[in-house]
Amino acid sequence: MIRFTVNGKKVEVDAVPSTPLLWVLREDLQLTGTKYGCGMALCGACTVHLEGQAVRSCVTPVSRAEGKQVETIEGLSSDWTHPLQRAWIEIDVPQCGYCQSGQIMSAAILLAQNPAPTDTDIDEAMSGNICRCGTYPRIRRAIHRAAELRAERGTK
Amino acid sequence: MEMKRRDFLKTGAALGGGLLIGLYIPELGRGASAAAAGSGTFELNAFVRIGTDETVTIIANHSEMGQGVYTSLPMLLNEELEADWSKIRVESAPVAAVYNHTQFGMQMTGGSTSMNSEWDRFREVGAVARTMLVAAAAQAWQVDAQSCRVERGVVIHDASKRRASFGSLAEAASKLEAPKNAPLKDPKNFTLVGKPARRLDTPSKTNGTAQFGLDVHIPGMMTALVARPPVFGGKVESFNADKAIAVPGVVNVVQVPTGVAVIAKGYWPAKLGREKLEIKWDEGPNATLSTEGMRAQYTELGKKPGIIARKVGDPDAALAGAAKTITAEFEVPYLAHASMEPLNCVVDLREDRAEIWTGTQFQTGDRAAAAAVAGLKPEQVQIHTTLLGGGFGRRANPASDFVKEAMQVAKAAKVPVKVMWTREDDTRGGWYRPMWRDRMVAGLDVAGNPVSWTHTIVGQSIFEGTMFEGFGIKNGVDGASVEGAADLLYGIPNLRVDLHSPKIGVPVQWWRSVGHSHTGFAVEEFFDEVATAGGKDPYELRRALLASQPRLRAVLDLAAQGANWGKSLPEGIGRGIATHFSFESYVAQVAEVSVGKDGMVRVHRVVCAVDCGRTINPDIVKAQMEGGIIFGLTAALKTEITLGKGRVQQRNFHDYPMLRMFESPEIEVHIVPSTEPPTGVGEPGVPPVAAAVANAIFAATGKRVRRLPIKAEDLRTA
Repeated sequence: MIRFTVNGKKVEVDAVPSTPLLWVLREDLQLTGTKYGCGMALCGACTVHLEGQAVRSCVTPVSRAEGKQVETIEGLSSDWTHPLQRAWIEIDVPQCGYCQSGQIMSAAILLAQNPAPTDTDIDEAMSGNICRCGTYPRIRRAIHRAAELRAERGTK
Repeated sequence: MEMKRRDFLKTGAALGGGLLIGLYIPELGRGASAAAAGSGTFELNAFVRIGTDETVTIIANHSEMGQGVYTSLPMLLNEELEADWSKIRVESAPVAAVYNHTQFGMQMTGGSTSMNSEWDRFREVGAVARTMLVAAAAQAWQVDAQSCRVERGVVIHDASKRRASFGSLAEAASKLEAPKNAPLKDPKNFTLVGKPARRLDTPSKTNGTAQFGLDVHIPGMMTALVARPPVFGGKVESFNADKAIAVPGVVNVVQVPTGVAVIAKGYWPAKLGREKLEIKWDEGPNATLSTEGMRAQYTELGKKPGIIARKVGDPDAALAGAAKTITAEFEVPYLAHASMEPLNCVVDLREDRAEIWTGTQFQTGDRAAAAAVAGLKPEQVQIHTTLLGGGFGRRANPASDFVKEAMQVAKAAKVPVKVMWTREDDTRGGWYRPMWRDRMVAGLDVAGNPVSWTHTIVGQSIFEGTMFEGFGIKNGVDGASVEGAADLLYGIPNLRVDLHSPKIGVPVQWWRSVGHSHTGFAVEEFFDEVATAGGKDPYELRRALLASQPRLRAVLDLAAQGANWGKSLPEGIGRGIATHFSFESYVAQVAEVSVGKDGMVRVHRVVCAVDCGRTINPDIVKAQMEGGIIFGLTAALKTEITLGKGRVQQRNFHDYPMLRMFESPEIEVHIVPSTEPPTGVGEPGVPPVAAAVANAIFAATGKRVRRLPIKAEDLRTA
């Protein structure tokens, strides 16, 4: 049994320790918001937070999560109140939407570490996430917008 | 506006209450009459349901793959219905003839035609629903329906100050006869169409609740990965599954026509199990295929006359009399679609029926193919179309490859199964955009104007051998091979386009913008060479030769103005222009590009102008142009599928790389206002961009680019 916390909830799974966290989230815990895209940490679709750091869950053995905090897209907020979700909706970022969980989870770490990122900061933080539909210009705008929303919320 | 009664109306009560508006097709005869008589199948043909809880459910017969149909179809319907936009929900349609594409006669999403297909039908259904709801209110209030109006889902009778919501009227409306006439709005009174309504699917795509095929889970379901031959057309000679079966979580190994399937309790054991399979392959006749060999073959073919696709005047005589002649050869590689969601399909096969869950663009074909494998009738098979994590044509497979195979696995394994493709499977699975070679010759008169233009195209036919062959191939010419070339819009008096369609054992199919993905590049790059050879400005020469093409010329002008064509640029940056007509839409793009000493190409900005007829949702049009440009840039700068010893040499995003955020240019989109019928937006943004970039590289460096993807080693100066 491997025990860890997902989105604030304690979970216990019967999995081979080397199984990537991605498949435990998707198949054992039915948290399908985290996506499979490449299996080699090349596309970022599987990005989740492990102890507040962005990790590619497709290459992270579940054993690494033992006793730790994992956050997935489902934990960001279910009612669209997170500044990134608000900005994503305001700017209508997604097209097919498949990569967007990973994009948002990467952007969340960026904003946590850098509340007012420049375009260059965004390029650096987000270039590990592929979007085949080509929503990059909107992701960039939405991250700037989320930074504003976050600042507004912070001052209230 | 009159209603076009191409379909027959069906109205009545929805299961669980409320009003349902559906259609049936009269030629279906008895089946349809039985449905109309009020059996349960009535529900199958709904286009909209108005619930007593005010929910308006629109049934979408086109698949959502990012292009925005789950927003734009409701916009068409609700333009007439005028329900409260926040009450609208979207469901994917089941498979039924009534949901067929109005032009293709099959249920499918492709060719950038969804809006054009549904422009009338969805508005008509909305108008009928509204007319019935108003009639129900008028009857209850004993007033003339003409004296009532509708505002955001509420019928209002101003004189008596009475109001009733759609939900409260739905039950009564469902008991009324369908109206004989439900007039459509005059387009000048549109309140929704033409406005940038928010996408209805965005919220679910920001909190993990959007359901893609890969997210489907059904009780008792196993996961399967299929080991497929290393060479296209190969077969299993023999295999040993002992080590695979020994992997914990693997429950079965079965042979299927495409290879060997490992059935397991999840993806990871299936993957580990597949790695342990020992398979001896019969590689078949394609084991010697190589890109080098094909290049040599295509180059030779290009020197010979092909089947004429179009001929105007006497290009040979005009060439012989030309003051100047230029020749260029272009090459583009096989390309994989590389949707972010790899292919997958869930099948639950029972004795007398089957259910399929998948993100497909081609329900009619997939259902027929799956039914044939299962030994069922098509109507015994139902497809639940999920959201598609990208399609780009791959999920409208003419052989229904991924659905048919999933049914084969389910049949052999005798369990409900989700067949998944890894990224490597997806990259190596074939059904590529064909490799193309374009040989072009132009003759210029003394004034520098082109008087002869010949274009010889070499590449595999997409339509050959498919159910679309009769539609796609005329007089030996596959229309998809020559589109964007044979219909050249420039006023050149002598023209010939001819085609060679070699048979190669690599499966090919449509890839976002299809034939235009090579002709847009070859034609528009070569046009720049013609302009340079004749001492002309590439924009001005295009303008001059588009005198009889006002719509294409208008987008050209708009893009040129937006990009300050002719004005100076910072040192080292070049500007290139290209334009292309595809999917009935007109697009022009200007790219601003610099090239490093190491040969690395940096695209700084792309200005795009589009005329796609009447705009349904301008923000979605912009998004599609942005996405099309980035998709086209990946093809221009990054990707190629090559073959050696019959094997695909790429496998994942490290060797089949996508454009990333730091490489993504600033994009500016201008839309030409229009009252013409709506035309394509999903694909037309792709074709011009590679040429615009190549032309900009020439402006910046003096070097011509005639092969994609553009390689740094060809442009390196230090």
